[in-house]
Parts: sequence; structure tokens; C-alpha cells
Amino acid sequence: MHGVATVYRWELIKLATQKRTYLGLGAAVLVPIAFVIALAVQKGAGPTDVPLGRTLRDTGLATPFVVLFFLSIWGLPLITALVAGDIVASESQNGTLKTILTRSLDRGQIFAGKTLATLTYMAAAVVAMAAVGLAAGWIAWGLHPLTSLSGTTVPVGHSLVLLGESLGIYAIALAGVAAFGLMLSTVTRNSAASVVGTLMFALLMQLLGVLPGTESIRPYLLGTQFDAWHGFLRTPADWTPVVRALWVCALYIGTPLVAAYMVFLRRDVAGE
Amino acid sequence: MSHEIPVVARGLVKTYGEVVAVDNVDLTVEAGDVFGYLGPNGAGKTTSLRMLLGLIRPTSGSAHLFGRDPLVDGARAMEGVAGFVEGPRFYPYLSGRRNLQLLADYDGGGARTRIDEVLDIVELRDRAKHKVGGYSHGMRQRLGIAASLLRSPRMLLLDEPTTGLDPAGMRDMRALVRRLADEGITVLLSSHLLTEVEELCNRVAIIRKGRILYEGTLAELLATASEQYRLRAVEPDRARLVCLAHPGLEDVQLDGDEIVFRANEEAVAALSIALGQARVGFISLAPHSTSLEELFLGMTESDPGDASTVQEAAA
Repeated sequence: MHGVATVYRWELIKLATQKRTYLGLGAAVLVPIAFVIALAVQKGAGPTDVPLGRTLRDTGLATPFVVLFFLSIWGLPLITALVAGDIVASESQNGTLKTILTRSLDRGQIFAGKTLATLTYMAAAVVAMAAVGLAAGWIAWGLHPLTSLSGTTVPVGHSLVLLGESLGIYAIALAGVAAFGLMLSTVTRNSAASVVGTLMFALLMQLLGVLPGTESIRPYLLGTQFDAWHGFLRTPADWTPVVRALWVCALYIGTPLVAAYMVFLRRDVAGE
Repeated sequence: MSHEIPVVARGLVKTYGEVVAVDNVDLTVEAGDVFGYLGPNGAGKTTSLRMLLGLIRPTSGSAHLFGRDPLVDGARAMEGVAGFVEGPRFYPYLSGRRNLQLLADYDGGGARTRIDEVLDIVELRDRAKHKVGGYSHGMRQRLGIAASLLRSPRMLLLDEPTTGLDPAGMRDMRALVRRLADEGITVLLSSHLLTEVEELCNRVAIIRKGRILYEGTLAELLATASEQYRLRAVEPDRARLVCLAHPGLEDVQLDGDEIVFRANEEAVAALSIALGQARVGFISLAPHSTSLEELFLGMTESDPGDASTVQEAAA
């Protein structure tokens, strides 16, 4: 465990020193700000066809939920892919993988530390997006009780709890994208290809969900799990999508991670 | 545990598809050796070293470092071992010191306390706060040595440490390797530079197209070549006949107006008398001191029918 903690700490330091990290986190906080400014300036109805879209101007509490919805399609997957696709591949390309693999830590420890760092970055992007969105919405429209998807009124305090729960289940779905990115990063050894490939995977999952004839598989697509948080916003809470998201995401996270781990343990580390 | 042999490789093979990069390589590096692993570019040196370090898996064969197999024992096989292949690589966006801190943490133990010491050894302390991205090639090589020394190694594995350095840098690097060897560190050094190996190493292995052509001491290698003599005579043709008829002379050949042959010292002494008795005047009769370079070229280019060199598929 000590070895994994060491790798994790240094991976975070390395992320904190690289531009792409701030590119991702910057996008995660700029989108909600731009969104709120755009809605505050234009006096139209706003996005009425999305969950909580009608209640946007009633309370700043709705902002992070609506932004979450918009960013699921490609925003947060791209932000996640930026790091997940790069974290192993860039070290292959720079040759630093051989530098760290000839020290006293095992390959498994290195991989575990990198995985944890990727998930931490991803969670930080989600939390930063929500926090900034909440703050921007608060400034624009104040903090009032939220109208749930069932039409009931939810007090501010409980709304915040629901936001936290929603972010949690959302991050689990996003971890499926991160795991896929880590796998591509490990297998392709090419940072750009992994980032693009991961984004393609996320888009494909969304696309499959809207094509006609896919109704039967739709509940099991990764893209669908990005909406699982809707269950929390019903009264009473609908646990069906949440529970399904938990086990479906476990597969989307576990399968590529195990594959990547096996490849990483055995792969030849040679020059590119 | 210190009685274990630093490197024992047996039957190492690495193929990339059709290409055999390393073909049945045996290597033994004893404690205290400065072992030169010599071969032309693309001969399989780096691929062999990668297998020793556990970076790539041999197609067959095994490698043990101080009795431990990197494929079985993982990072524990690296205990007491440090080095780099194909030039050391660092995170360009971190400073030299930060890179060393990272590696020291990955080493564990008290490695962090040695950072200043190793920076002093490679004379990089005043540049340690700068990002590695701005370092020259020579500085990176030196940082690579520093990173290796952090591990307080009993064996250093260096892949062409002087490649790409200017003459002063090469001299300094060789002096550093010499100094480390004098301190008792076993060194395995790959090189395509003969002078370097001649200057530093007591034992060598010569590899060509993935195969070991020679493994042993430098002295023995040079001795095999020193039995060659050259004779300049007034009448080369007659002198050659005397040589051909003389017992103990082998490979008698006419080379320009000189006669070249192989023989031991007694046979050569007897030959000088025989030449006098035959009334063949000679101008000089001297051992032809073959340099390591000639030996090396002779070994590595001895197959004129196949001029192509094995490309190191991994490089």
C-alpha cells in the first residue's frame, strides 16, 4: 500500500505540473460560468426540454444539474479522456516508463497509483464543475428550494444532499470512460490516439442510446448511466436507475481496468 | 547475498516477428568487473540489457541479477542494481532535483538523503533547480548517473553512457565510471566505442547480429591476436618460400611486399636463423600488434556474404 500511495502522490504532483490538467479543469469550470452568463443575458425561456431546465431561473440549485446534463454528451468525457488517455501513454512515449520501472516498485503498484490519480482528477473536474455552477447560479438567481422532477418542492439543504448523491453516481459512470481511457493509454502507447479513442467510445455509447432499435440494450449502455441521477430527484427517490447504474458501471470500469492491468504487468517496455 | 553473481544470463533469446534481435546470449558479470558489452549499433546490446532489467520479456532463456530473476521477483530483482538503457529519461516539466526526489521515493529507504551527494558527484547541484526540459544531452546523461547512484547500487548497468557527448563530456563520463568502479561498484557498460572499452573494462563480450562472438578478458582477447608477425625481406618471394617451409608458422600470406604469418616466439627466433642460412636478407621481422579495433572489426565484419546488419527491432 505504501508503494501505491507514493505513486499516487507523485502522479498528482505530475498532474499539477502539466498544462493539460488545467485545460481540463479550466473547461470544467468555464462551461457553467458561460452557461449562466448566456442565460442571464438572454431573456428567453432557456432549455425547457432538459431535466430541471424549466426551473433554472427559479433557483441557482438547478444550474449544476442542468450543466451536468449538457456536459455528459462529450464535455466531461473529453475532460476525463485528456488525462486518462495520456497518463500511461505519455510515459511510454517519453521513455520515462522505463525510468520508473527500474526502481523498487512493482508494475502493479505503478498502475494502481496511476489509476487512482486519474479517478481523482476526474472527480475533481466533476466537483469543480458543480461547485462553480452552483456559485454562478446562486449569484444569478439566488438559492431557493428546488422543484424536483416529480414536481415536489425540495428544501435547499436537502437539495444539496441530492446534488452530492447525483455527483457521486455521475462520477461512477464517468469512471467507465476513465477506465476505457486507461486501457487505451496502456495498450496503444499513444497519447493522442488514446484521448481521441476514448472520446469516440463515449460518443458511440451516446449514439447507440438514441438510435432506433436499441431500446432493449439501452439500459445497459454507459451513456444511459449518466442519467441515473434523475432517480434521486424524484419523490420518492427512484432507486431502479441508480442500482442498475452501480452494477452496469462496475462492468464498464472493471473490464477495461483488469485488461489494462494485465497488459501493463506483462508488456515489453522498449523505445518507441 | 553479496556473494551472488551480479549478472548471470543464459540462453537469452528475443525475437520480434521474423527478426531475431538477441540470439542465445550467455553473459556472466562477476563482482568487481568492469564489463564491456561491445558491438556495432543494432547488434542487440540494448535489447539484451532491457531483458536483464526486466523491461522486456525474453522469448526464451533467463536472466538473474544477484540471483534474482526480474520476471519472477519483480522489483525485488532490482535490489542493488541501477542503470539505464538507451539514455536516461526524465520528466521534462519537473526540475532535476524534483525528478530525483520522485525516483528516491520510488526507491524507498534513505534515498532522499543522498540527493545532494549524488548531485555533487555528477556536478549538477547548481542546475538541479532547473527543469530537465532545458538540460543538454550531457546533463541528462549525468542526471541519469545521479539517479542510478541514488540506489547505492552494487552494480551499475549503463547503456552507451558516452554516446552523444562532446570529447570533454566523454572524458568526464569515463573518469566518473572509472571512479565508481574503483569504489567497488560492478559495472556493465555497453558501447560501440572500442577505445572506451579498452580504457575502462577488464572483461568484454562482443556481440554481433544478436550472437556473442567472444566473452572473456581483454588481455586474452588481445593475446590471441599478438601472435601475428610481419616480415619485410629484400626478396619477398624467396622469403615466402622459406616461411612456408618453416615449421611452426601458420597462415603465411603475402601482404604487399610484406609476409604475414602467425607463430609463437620460438618459431620466430628459429625463422630468423633459417632466413640467414638461406641467405635471404630481411629488413624487419616484428610482431604485429593488433589493436582491439582491428580485432573487433575482424570479428564483426567477418561475414562478407551477409553485409546487412540486424536492425534492433525494438529501437
